[in-house]
Amino acid sequence: MRYSAFEIVKQAFSGNRHWKPAWREPQPKPHYDVIIVGGGGHGLSTAYYLAREFGITNVAVLEKGYLGSGNVGRNTTIIRSNYLLEGNEPFYEFSLKLWEGLEQDFNYNAMVSQRGIVNLFHSDGQRDQYARRGNAMKMHGVDAELLDREGVRKMMPYLNFDHARFPILGGLYQKRAGTARHDAVAWGYARGADSRGVDLIQQCEVTGIRRDETGRVLGVETSKGFIGCNKLALATAGHTSVTGKMAGLDLPIETHVLQAFVSEGLKPVIHNVITYGAGHFYISQSDKGGLVFGADIDYYSSYAQRGNLATVEHTIEEGVSLIPGLSRARVLRAWGGVMDMSMDGSPIIDRTPIDNLYINCGWCYGGFKATPASGFCFAHLIARDEPHYTARLLRLDRFQRGFLVDEGGKGPQPNLH
Amino acid sequence: MASLITCPHCGVRPKEEFSIRGDAVPVRPAPNAGAEAWYAYVYVRDNPKGRIEEHWHHTAGCRRWLVVERDNVTHTVFSVRDAADVAKARSGEVA
Repeated sequence: MRYSAFEIVKQAFSGNRHWKPAWREPQPKPHYDVIIVGGGGHGLSTAYYLAREFGITNVAVLEKGYLGSGNVGRNTTIIRSNYLLEGNEPFYEFSLKLWEGLEQDFNYNAMVSQRGIVNLFHSDGQRDQYARRGNAMKMHGVDAELLDREGVRKMMPYLNFDHARFPILGGLYQKRAGTARHDAVAWGYARGADSRGVDLIQQCEVTGIRRDETGRVLGVETSKGFIGCNKLALATAGHTSVTGKMAGLDLPIETHVLQAFVSEGLKPVIHNVITYGAGHFYISQSDKGGLVFGADIDYYSSYAQRGNLATVEHTIEEGVSLIPGLSRARVLRAWGGVMDMSMDGSPIIDRTPIDNLYINCGWCYGGFKATPASGFCFAHLIARDEPHYTARLLRLDRFQRGFLVDEGGKGPQPNLH
Repeated sequence: MASLITCPHCGVRPKEEFSIRGDAVPVRPAPNAGAEAWYAYVYVRDNPKGRIEEHWHHTAGCRRWLVVERDNVTHTVFSVRDAADVAKARSGEVA
């Protein structure tokens, strides 16, 4: 299905009853070159780049629900590349560059809006830390700007500048960061993969991984029967421990729930993405006018896609502490997404001890912004059996070898990352 | 999430009084147990979907470490025991 102004007029004349689906609904073939488990953002982008970039089109994406029913539709849509560490910054910058060309690339309106992000700091120590991060970004060729208090006030006069406990001293500004329309990202990748011959199979839950006596993966048991494959790729963040266990993998992951919120639609007020340095609060305004915000995870392990009321209160307290006017807005919806919290807060894109099994997991809070690079790097790994340059440090065995990518310096405590 | 935790020392308390450490199943190995055992203890988590045991600290109460057994999908709490009792029971099993 292609969309155009002409098509809209044409369809309008026939009562919009003849729009065709954006992708096929194929029955699974008995065997594929590559099976990707998980039809979320990362699984779909992996399929897309496998087909477009590496010419591998005999691919199936298996999704237990409907496409994009997981975290790609349950996040706060922020895209950015303001990281400190060598293991992260080039990877997320690669992702942001892919975001910048994404709509032209897959010919779908993902509403990528580079409205800029400001990470606020509230103490001298935090200023030093953010300056260091900004310098690290610049050394990787990424834009970063340190704003002082007045610089922030000019951009965001509605913030609480009189806060006695957490005064706003300034912010680290990345202009190229912003937001994207999360569902459209999944749909764009899905359509792009489908049109290149990838089978997107929905309502197909993987229940087991079949292996031969040497340990090699033969295929997957699913709710639609056995499907064979040469290579199996897991992109099931949130449930990676569940799918990993089917192949006997021991993983450095704990599953937690993160909540997000959206207010009623308001006139344009918040023009950028803001993060609160004294808490973990982040906020932006969607194109429909709703304020989209979130904060910490719920701290206890959870596979339930719903959160705790205490965290709702905590989030809104933080929000009102930063933006007093927020107390006048009403929350329209709240939801929870379950995520892989890794032991160092960074993701894993790697081969596994099993020869033809590949894993993409551990996205913690940060999976959405990584969607393009995650798919690209995972496809690179699957196609060539070697890591993409920007993802070379995001290895599964880094914990064992002592090469953690611990952006927050918090140690092996997954609920703190 | 069940919003109330029945502390064995303090009775029924709101969950905000507690801080949560994580999986209570891994047992700290001996100092000389080797890199593999320590890697497993520090980093590897079984992370099952369903019934789990977790270490909770009654920070704003008796300050005892507790083992909360609960379901991480339905959030039903099955039991709350003092971590010392759990450890003693465990070492009894080993011996």
